[in-house]
Amino acid sequence: MFTPPPPFSGYGLGLRKEHYRDFLDGDVPVDFVEVISENFMVDGGQPRDILRRVGEKHPVALHGVSMSIGSADGVDIAYLRRLKALADEVQPLFVSDHLSWSRVAGFSSHDLLPVPYTEEALALVCRNIEVAQDVLGRSMLFENPSSYVAFDGATMSEWEFLAEMSKRTGCGLLLDVNNVFVSASNHGFDTHAFLRGIPAARVRQVHLAGHSQGPGLLIDTHDQPVCDDVWALYRTAMSLLGPVATMIERDDAIPPLAELLDELDIARGLGTVAREAA
Amino acid sequence: MKLAQWQEGFRDWLTTGSATSADAFGDRAWPGLTVYQNNYRTQLVTCLEVSYPQLLRRVGEGNFRNAAMAHIDAHPPRGWTLDTYGADFVDTLVALFPRNPDLHELAWIEWSLSEAFVAPDASPLAREALWSVNWDEARLRLTPSLRHRVATTNADDVWSALQNDADSVPDGEMLDVAGALVVWRQGFHSRLRRLDADDDAALRLAIGKGHFAAMCDTLVMRLGEEAGVARAGALLADWLDAGIVVGVDD
Repeated sequence: MFTPPPPFSGYGLGLRKEHYRDFLDGDVPVDFVEVISENFMVDGGQPRDILRRVGEKHPVALHGVSMSIGSADGVDIAYLRRLKALADEVQPLFVSDHLSWSRVAGFSSHDLLPVPYTEEALALVCRNIEVAQDVLGRSMLFENPSSYVAFDGATMSEWEFLAEMSKRTGCGLLLDVNNVFVSASNHGFDTHAFLRGIPAARVRQVHLAGHSQGPGLLIDTHDQPVCDDVWALYRTAMSLLGPVATMIERDDAIPPLAELLDELDIARGLGTVAREAA
Repeated sequence: MKLAQWQEGFRDWLTTGSATSADAFGDRAWPGLTVYQNNYRTQLVTCLEVSYPQLLRRVGEGNFRNAAMAHIDAHPPRGWTLDTYGADFVDTLVALFPRNPDLHELAWIEWSLSEAFVAPDASPLAREALWSVNWDEARLRLTPSLRHRVATTNADDVWSALQNDADSVPDGEMLDVAGALVVWRQGFHSRLRRLDADDDAALRLAIGKGHFAAMCDTLVMRLGEEAGVARAGALLADWLDAGIVVGVDD
């Protein structure tokens, strides 16, 4: 069992190429930055240099997309060792990935595919998390993904799965409020039941992002501002969870930094209100 | 259904898009499965477009998309990082455009530039370090970012014109005499250069960890005593300045 990192309740942004210069040259008012781990799991060159220099100014969270913690094949030890080398160098606030899978039988989809919420999957995911945390030598956070397919044979809800997974492995949770909204819309569950069902003390970080309307389904596109419905859900989440590190996650149609900082100010305001009300 | 079987079925759906593979997930799953199928293909096409921006401009969107789709069908991704997905795209180009070595070499240039960009770091060797070298035994250590191949076309001129948004981009042409293409990283910048046959012969020896003396002998044999020795000295100076040489073992 690993000791979770101390609580941290600042406000951050995902560090994207379009804003490297702003972060290197300026004094960006954020409490932390989050990077996509795989973008920096390279041998050398400018990406590692930029991360080192930004890391001298801001705490860094590592957020991965390729751990494939729900893979029936188990976790990729070579991948984990590479991630550990990066984490040892960066000394991140958090190391996170998704409750999803992407790899099976030598194939890697490079997408966050859904895990069926069954006892078999729960046991496997917990086993994989234990291996990952053991190799990394630290606790991880796992994020609820947006999903577009529900498994007919599911025996528990997503929040029940997350709660049990966290209880068995000691891992923390990264609550993506937009993903809760998207998945609830796609599968018809109650967002508030989700928020009440996850263990509040395990939620160490929150993601906020935008989505798009697809044909009959909401799609987690990360190319839009956070919408009013997701802000409302975030307000509810903050009242239930208390102060939690929160960040805006934009991966496409990246706007000028000032626009993201304006969104982050909204989160800061809602978080402050929730903190004062607690 | 066991989880492994379920995941293999999901993979089959992504890679084939066949109705048979979708049936196992039930009728309700169909709209969601199409989202994942679209995400999978879109992401891989985008990955290839980002990896080969000048090739895309050269062949046009339609041809590039056809090549990308053929590649995705024949080469499902296997690695944990998308950064490596386009590594064998040149194989697809050879199959689709067998008479266009200029396109194959253009693709090699773009892939090598991106590989060099994140290759292991290595500090260039300072000239002062050469003062005490035993040149009879010396072997040059080259930067790990170095990539090298035979050049048969003017693909480097094409790439440079496209990269710099030149007013006119040359047609692809065969070279009168084959040379070599070299890519490496200097500081944080990937570099591209075409070598003539003499410089290529010298570099091949260095890549093969041959003695510097053998490199001199080769150049003397090709160019004559005076010109060969002068070329060896000039090459060494150039490779030092360019950050290609990062050490000398003697």
